[in-house]
Amino acid sequence: MSEILIILIKVVLALVWLLVLTLYLTWAERKESAVIQDRIGANRAAIFGLRMIGLFQPFCDAIKMIFKEDFSPKFSRRFLHTTAPLISFVFVAVTISAMPFASPLHIGDKIITMQILDINVGLLFILAMLSLGIYGIILSGWSSNNRYTMLGSLRGAAQLISYEVALGLSLIGIIMIFPSLQLSKVVTFQGDLLFGFLPKWGIFLQPLGFLIFFIAALAETKRVPFDLPEGESEIIGFFAEYSGLKWGLFMMTDFMEIIIISCLTTTFFFGGWQVPFLAADGFHFPWGGEWILAHGVVILFQVLIFNLKVFFFCWLQILIRWTYPRYRYDQLMDLGWKALIPLGLINIVVTGIVMSIIK
Amino acid sequence: MIKAIGYFIEIIKGALITIRHFVVNMHFHVMKLLHIRTKRKGAVTIQYPEERKEIATRHRSLHRLMKRDNGQPRCVACMLCATVCPSECIYIEAAEDPDPEIQKYPSTFIIDISRCCFCGFCVEACPEDAIRMDTEQLDFSGYDRTKFVYDLEKLLG
Repeated sequence: MSEILIILIKVVLALVWLLVLTLYLTWAERKESAVIQDRIGANRAAIFGLRMIGLFQPFCDAIKMIFKEDFSPKFSRRFLHTTAPLISFVFVAVTISAMPFASPLHIGDKIITMQILDINVGLLFILAMLSLGIYGIILSGWSSNNRYTMLGSLRGAAQLISYEVALGLSLIGIIMIFPSLQLSKVVTFQGDLLFGFLPKWGIFLQPLGFLIFFIAALAETKRVPFDLPEGESEIIGFFAEYSGLKWGLFMMTDFMEIIIISCLTTTFFFGGWQVPFLAADGFHFPWGGEWILAHGVVILFQVLIFNLKVFFFCWLQILIRWTYPRYRYDQLMDLGWKALIPLGLINIVVTGIVMSIIK
Repeated sequence: MIKAIGYFIEIIKGALITIRHFVVNMHFHVMKLLHIRTKRKGAVTIQYPEERKEIATRHRSLHRLMKRDNGQPRCVACMLCATVCPSECIYIEAAEDPDPEIQKYPSTFIIDISRCCFCGFCVEACPEDAIRMDTEQLDFSGYDRTKFVYDLEKLLG
């Protein structure tokens, strides 16, 4: 009974974390872009005259979205038209279940993993779920029964499938170094030290892998340098026939993907919840000196650090979105097939050679 | 290969520009939150209804009719402004004034602001300096068109 209760609490907490972060990412995106462009950004939404630099804006947006007319065109295939946003939303949201937020929490003799599902094929599970999100795109474009959305969804599908290959290849290097598909184990492996002082994070062992992974992941989120599936302003994208909450779901999926990608980047390449020099009982610095902490405080520290890392990568992705112009479609395909995939293969070969030499 | 590296360097440079803007502007925003005076603000935005831009002295805004010392309009209904007006938005009806020095005064003086193009010709044409465009009122809004018709009473203010 208590097991089920614990799982339920974990599910609720993780979903609340994800959704609140998603909501506030819309605010953060508007604010960050404003700061980059010397503007102020949304700051008018107020409750009882309390503005709080626009912190209520996401709720206003949500309310607006909910009360908008839920219009689906007569010529659309109604059932698929409605399920498409749900599909893309669910398959992205479900990946949060495999993210490790901290090392296992010990209460008495009970061990609570800070992860909804500690499955031993966590990496494959996440990749599979992210790929299934393509169905949402294809279905939305196709069921709208509109040529432009159809073209948009085809562009999206082609882009996602080509970048999925690069994404998978870049992660193989990580799997070779930290020999596990279980995310909690991958993070645990990264707790060791390199040469006695450098944390053994993926970024230091797989810099090229990180680059490929991050670029491919950016393409997976379908945001600006790679936003050909959507192309809101010029080339009409796959959700042109959507409005109201369904459109909102697609938008939420976009922002959720940013968070998921940030989580994945931190988990694979930046040590997940690992804090440099923080062991299970406190800090042990390589230059001597210790700072013993209680178990609960250590866990809290880890959760906090994980969040900080995720926030940093969200920030970075928003920065990238507001810096670069869009790729042309042939350039996008060239980058995927001619640059990232060969580089990924080279990365695997080099990793293998180095590992065999060191061994 | 060299070309690709060149592109990559340019991409990094682009990101550095946006990062610089972000960091510098954030610095000023934080300073403002802490109530520390700085040389400039973090954003160039003028938050319109509360903050307004300074209006130049030679600007042209909503018209006003000048008054004589006794409160009568200075206008002598010579019709020069109505004649010169390119959008024909001024309508004047003259009436006889008992004072032989003045002879005429406008019994109605209507400016349709919705047609006015704010060229300022009426001000230049006026021989009596009776009409001026210096009220600093630049924003007009109303739920129907009659709100934009300014008669003698409104113009004399």
